[in-house]
Amino acid sequence: MTSAPRDREIAVVAFAQTDHRRTSDEFSEVEMLMPVLHEVLHATGLKTADIDFTCSGSSDYLAGRAFSFTLALDGVGAWPPISESHVEMDGAWALYEAWTKLLTGDADTALVYAYGKSSPGSVRDVLTRQLDPYYVAPLWPDSVALAALQAQALIDAGDTDEPALAAIASRNRAAATGNPHAQLRGPVPQGDHLVQPLRTGDCPPIGDGAAAVILAAGDRARELCARPAWIRGIDHRIEAHGLGVRDLTDSPSTRLAAERAGAFERPVDTAELHAPFTAQEVVLRKALRLGEDVDVNPSGGALAANPVMAAGLIRIGEAAARIHRGASDRALAHATSGPCLQQNLVAVLEGEPR
Amino acid sequence: MSAVLKAPLVVEFPFTRSLGPVQSAFLTGLRERVILGVRTGDGRTLVPPVEYDPVTAEELHDLVEVAPTGTVTTWAWNAAPRRGQPLTTPFAWVLVRLDGADTALLHALDAPGPAAVHTGMPVRVRWAGERTGAITDITCFEPCDGPRAEPAGHTGEFENPVTGIVAAARLDYTYSPGRAQTAYINALSGRRTVGERCPSCHQVYVPPRGACPTCGVATSEQVEVGPRGTVTTFCIVNIKAAHTANLGIEVPYVYAHIALDGAGLALHGRIGGIPYDEVRMGLRVEPVWTDGARYPDHYRPTGEPDADYDTYKELL
Repeated sequence: MTSAPRDREIAVVAFAQTDHRRTSDEFSEVEMLMPVLHEVLHATGLKTADIDFTCSGSSDYLAGRAFSFTLALDGVGAWPPISESHVEMDGAWALYEAWTKLLTGDADTALVYAYGKSSPGSVRDVLTRQLDPYYVAPLWPDSVALAALQAQALIDAGDTDEPALAAIASRNRAAATGNPHAQLRGPVPQGDHLVQPLRTGDCPPIGDGAAAVILAAGDRARELCARPAWIRGIDHRIEAHGLGVRDLTDSPSTRLAAERAGAFERPVDTAELHAPFTAQEVVLRKALRLGEDVDVNPSGGALAANPVMAAGLIRIGEAAARIHRGASDRALAHATSGPCLQQNLVAVLEGEPR
Repeated sequence: MSAVLKAPLVVEFPFTRSLGPVQSAFLTGLRERVILGVRTGDGRTLVPPVEYDPVTAEELHDLVEVAPTGTVTTWAWNAAPRRGQPLTTPFAWVLVRLDGADTALLHALDAPGPAAVHTGMPVRVRWAGERTGAITDITCFEPCDGPRAEPAGHTGEFENPVTGIVAAARLDYTYSPGRAQTAYINALSGRRTVGERCPSCHQVYVPPRGACPTCGVATSEQVEVGPRGTVTTFCIVNIKAAHTANLGIEVPYVYAHIALDGAGLALHGRIGGIPYDEVRMGLRVEPVWTDGARYPDHYRPTGEPDADYDTYKELL
């Protein structure tokens, strides 16, 4: 099951995100999240009681708060009881769950949200806890180190070099000058090697933020949004957890997800790629066969703002928002999770012909 | 708005994990300076070995020894090692394909600098002096100029195999409770209890979390509640907890839900100053503070008549 059946069309009808910042310690997670929940509800005119299904993505390890996702539900209005679910992943996977719920016909509207506060801890160390606990995690290889291994593999393969990576960083952050929510905008020094070959500029900013979208089915979507961003296909795939089993210069899971989501049936005009590290954009462009005519990361992407657990959902939201405002007719959105692009989700969004 | 509170928070746990047969053989092998891979149905040798083929999901158990020498397949220079990493001096992260293996193992390479490392370079294992059956039994890899080692053809059968590992994990945070809970904690330091009222349903939440879970809206209006309250329900505790915070408390004692006057939901607290078997629903209580405490030690009867059931039934 990958492409939505014709009789149950589902669209992103609203998107909101916080301003992403290095720290937000004056707010608890629910305090950070609530304004974006209110913003998407306001945009559609829906009240919390009108939402049929709610799904969220987050990780307690980021802020070191046990069961933080249950506390975040205070911001949704979870009493009297609502139909709700949570994924310990990026909110893009929560959106996938909500999409399947709408496909079944059990719900006509869904609220999807995601948030991450990286500022209380060290996100490089926190992300080691998602690695294979037997052979890898005891060595504490941090997220930058693993991305650097992938970058060197690409350099060795002749797919990129350090100046090309710097150009990717520069292009994304230049694009982010048009994104009022971004954390890093405009010229940013490429800096010293953090873990060679990656420099500071090749890595995403560390920050806190949240995002929310509303999904709706069929005519409900047309009532709630002037130009719904119809999800024509969505799929996600995973690769072996052993880094040494994979070819780090390629992303077969992204390619397969894109194929199953229908991304290759017709060209897209926009692609929002979740590539926290510059070298990962090289891998994704190749896997997704994106040509120079495609506008890649007009938002600035994860190199401009990378609230962990929300950055993938934001890619879908940004792609949808471009369709809402008529800047795109057919957009691809990609989200990733795990080290070196281990898990990948691809969604294809379309606006109705104008 | 006063500054939010902050405090160090350490999350630490010795994760104890059991091993499957293949993982057990591999980690026991490391203890004995033997490196084992697992053979797949199509003849590839996976190192480190896994119990299921990542391509076919076929169960794997055919162990095969590989050499302690190999080749770097990719690398990254780590100029600033972090806590828990294999070496404390600058080193290269490497994926190494050991001689005889078809996949690569992640570890550290001890080298004088990035100029001394390249993809394709030959390396060998440096064993830890004391080995317990863990991936850290390999201290790191080191450059290898000499001849390649030959595996001895070990079968993977060992005396006293390792059946589990303890993977200690520690993460350090700076905890901040946010605006609403900071106000609550600051008020407690003045022996006052402050909640927040929902602007929509007017319920008063204690402790406040900054949002009304019924209405899904922000709360901000602070309301002082108590200090007196009513026992809404309770239980009698007969087991002495091993937790140090409770060691001074004799059993049996009463643990209760207490609706402070003006609060829209009940807090938890211990009831003292009254025999345990005389505590009842509706009992009127007040907090008892001890010097230097950050919250009431317990609640004791005020001597007032009991509250009518109707006044607290919605708070049960």
